[in-house]
Amino acid sequence: MTENTRLLTPRVAVIGGGPAGLRAATKLAPAVDGEVLVLDREREAGGIPRHADHPGYGIRDRKRFMSGPAYAKALVADAEAAGAHIMTRAMVTGWEDDETLVATTPQGRVRIRPEVFCFATGARERPRTARMIPGTRPGGILTTGQLQNLVHVNHERVGTRAVVVGAELVSWSAVMTLQEAGCRTVALVSQYPKGESYGLFTGPGQLLFRTRVETESKVVRVLGRSRVTGVEIERADGARKVLECDTLVFTGGWVPDNELLRMAGVEIDGASGSPVVDATGRTSRENVFAVGNLNHPVETADVVALAGEHVADRIIEHLRGDRPSIPTVGIEVDDPILWVSPSAYDPQGPEPARGRFVAWVDRLVPRPTVTVRQSERVVACKRLWWPAAPGRAFRIPSSLLQDVDAADGDVRISLE
Amino acid sequence: MYDVAVIGAGVVGAAIARDLAGTRNSVVVLDARDDVGEGTTKANTAILHTGYDAKPGTLESRLVARGYDILTEYCARANIGLDRTGAVLVAWDEEQAASLPGLQAKAVENGYEDTSLISAEDVYDQLPSLGPGVTGGLVVPDEAVIDAWTVPLALAAEAVQRGATFLREHRVTGVDVGAEQTVVHTDKGDVTARWVVNAAGLGGDVVDAMFGHDRLKVHPRKGELLVYDKLATQLVDKIVLAAPSKLGKGVLISPTIFGNVMLGPTAEDMEDKADTSTSESGFEFLLEKGSRILPALLDEEVTASYAGLRAANNQSDYLIDVDAAQRYVIAGAIRSTGLTSAPAVAEYIVGLLAETDLDVTMRDDLPPVPVMPALGEHQVRPHADDEMIAADSAYGEVVCFCERVTRGEIRDAMRSTIPPGSLQGLRRRTRAMNGRCQAFFCGAEVKKLYESYREPGDD
Repeated sequence: MTENTRLLTPRVAVIGGGPAGLRAATKLAPAVDGEVLVLDREREAGGIPRHADHPGYGIRDRKRFMSGPAYAKALVADAEAAGAHIMTRAMVTGWEDDETLVATTPQGRVRIRPEVFCFATGARERPRTARMIPGTRPGGILTTGQLQNLVHVNHERVGTRAVVVGAELVSWSAVMTLQEAGCRTVALVSQYPKGESYGLFTGPGQLLFRTRVETESKVVRVLGRSRVTGVEIERADGARKVLECDTLVFTGGWVPDNELLRMAGVEIDGASGSPVVDATGRTSRENVFAVGNLNHPVETADVVALAGEHVADRIIEHLRGDRPSIPTVGIEVDDPILWVSPSAYDPQGPEPARGRFVAWVDRLVPRPTVTVRQSERVVACKRLWWPAAPGRAFRIPSSLLQDVDAADGDVRISLE
Repeated sequence: MYDVAVIGAGVVGAAIARDLAGTRNSVVVLDARDDVGEGTTKANTAILHTGYDAKPGTLESRLVARGYDILTEYCARANIGLDRTGAVLVAWDEEQAASLPGLQAKAVENGYEDTSLISAEDVYDQLPSLGPGVTGGLVVPDEAVIDAWTVPLALAAEAVQRGATFLREHRVTGVDVGAEQTVVHTDKGDVTARWVVNAAGLGGDVVDAMFGHDRLKVHPRKGELLVYDKLATQLVDKIVLAAPSKLGKGVLISPTIFGNVMLGPTAEDMEDKADTSTSESGFEFLLEKGSRILPALLDEEVTASYAGLRAANNQSDYLIDVDAAQRYVIAGAIRSTGLTSAPAVAEYIVGLLAETDLDVTMRDDLPPVPVMPALGEHQVRPHADDEMIAADSAYGEVVCFCERVTRGEIRDAMRSTIPPGSLQGLRRRTRAMNGRCQAFFCGAEVKKLYESYREPGDD
């Protein structure tokens, strides 16, 4: 690092210009005395919705029903109008020291030393390799992200017969994109007994897209030399069969982009890979906040944007010097819950965004009863009206934790 | 007509072509695939060997030791990533611990005297994340990790810059040996040369038979590898070797030159010389080994899995032979140690050819050694090079986020002496799309750049 590398000293640096980061910046910019700088590595800010050219965005935060790209543009416009500075093509590559990030831009490298860091780096889909699926390594294997970039941003064609791995919301988004590119989805492959997406999609979706969901199945082998020719799937009973296809899309299996936080020594939740945060997005480091799908991979963009607003409130207080160091209790979870966010909680402190904890499960519980325990004491026990389903966020009202005792140690949440 | 045709553009063929292209002879390199190093070379475990564990007295022992020195110097000049991490051969039971002094003595016989025996406690001092049960270790301080993709590319590029012709996708189908010249038949037409060098790797026995020999049998031995994400390097900063077995060097865990951690390889004898698929049993085997050697590794994300084919054979040593009557040379039976020994194999062959009618005097008008793009994690790469970005902003445009590959590097690769023939070739030249997201974010953009730079004159 040379002395000449430009040093930026905004009051807040937001890393990642997707829905969470942009919405946080929109709220922060007018309230903060000094610069709010959003760093985004893409050519345009806006995050994942930029690539998802179908309707379904903006429902909860903008009370409208809009396409991904339109939604992304609106978020960028709002942040700019609010006075935030958005620096695109700025790829944060690491830390110079504990308080300084380094980024590469076409204008040269910059160092960023803000008072507060707000990480909104989001999540990515777990690709085929990380899922350790054996077989050949032919062309035609994609994640939803890559598929949507190819089709929506680059306007390229894909194949004609696709198999989509996963049957959650993002999987149907992939099916829609494939259809737009003239590629029929012959099947979705789900490890679960029922398609894990909203019932709305799984039934009508199969009819609408002339496809089917292969339930309780997993992909065990990829076939084909230069181009994929099929996948072998195995059902829970051990029966195997080959689905012929020329395109294979791996969807979901979200992994938080936590690399910069791990490099900084921020405490990470072993189950989700997300940083351990309290209800306001504080991490284990005082001036480092985290927000959005980095904390809960994944929620829909509108929910993520509202979380961005929520973390902004806490950052504003932090900058005013209001930095409560009340001890927080940890939250543990029992099967079938895989993780919960936030995973630390302060009973005297603010509520999490939208008054809800976000959890992820790996088994369908249609009418779940949530039990919150502390030591041997049952803090709350309540039957919820909505299902806990794999592949979609399961929301737990924070009111169930209102009687948690700050001095009584970790909380345990279970589901029946 | 050429003076010499080299069959095979793996690391061995590339090294031979480079040396012969430095003489006054015209050289052509033929390869069945669409790129340099597409066979056994590309899935090598990428370790530069000292040769400490070779069979003493063999040609292999001699050429690995010599190759280590040549390649170390070559990497420095050609800007190729090489990191002397050192290796620890770890014993996991009393029997293995008892075998370590013998391995040390063997290293001395191979001319390598810098190993040291250490206690289990010292092993854990050096590698604190190793699983329980270590009984001792042998330190080999000069074992190094190397950029095994750039080595053959640099050698082949230098051959071409010295005037050699590189013909890809030319699969040799037969030869006609004449009195003065040999016609090499390929699926893309005939190539005529006075001399033919067989560096065909997995196909070495087939080409050898075309010259009427019946001595070499090569079969593929599949090795599956898992590559873990960058932060796994916090767990291991040296090559962790297992006690050797009959099937090879056993499963190792090693940092890679690209800043990842590798676990592998398996060793499975195969018949199909093109089958590089991975298997359920292979993954299970590796995970079982990995969970014992370095348990915390399994909590890290897998970035990639590969399978490569090694050229297992019926020889007890390298088969390097000059058949002067047919003007034919074979560099065969070269195992995974060939990555290290390749430049020494080339040097040795040039020495043998000096005894024939071929004039192998080096020219004195050679171009400089090519300076390759810095791909090593420990090197200063363009995204971190203020001067490069100031001179050309394309080096400040990061396209592949996970591996921090810039548009400038992709452009340079497409305009290099031997440009990639496919996106896979571009990956090996730049690291683009090789990271944790496996093209989730950059795949579309990289493909677009690849296609646009293939159009001549397009910026």
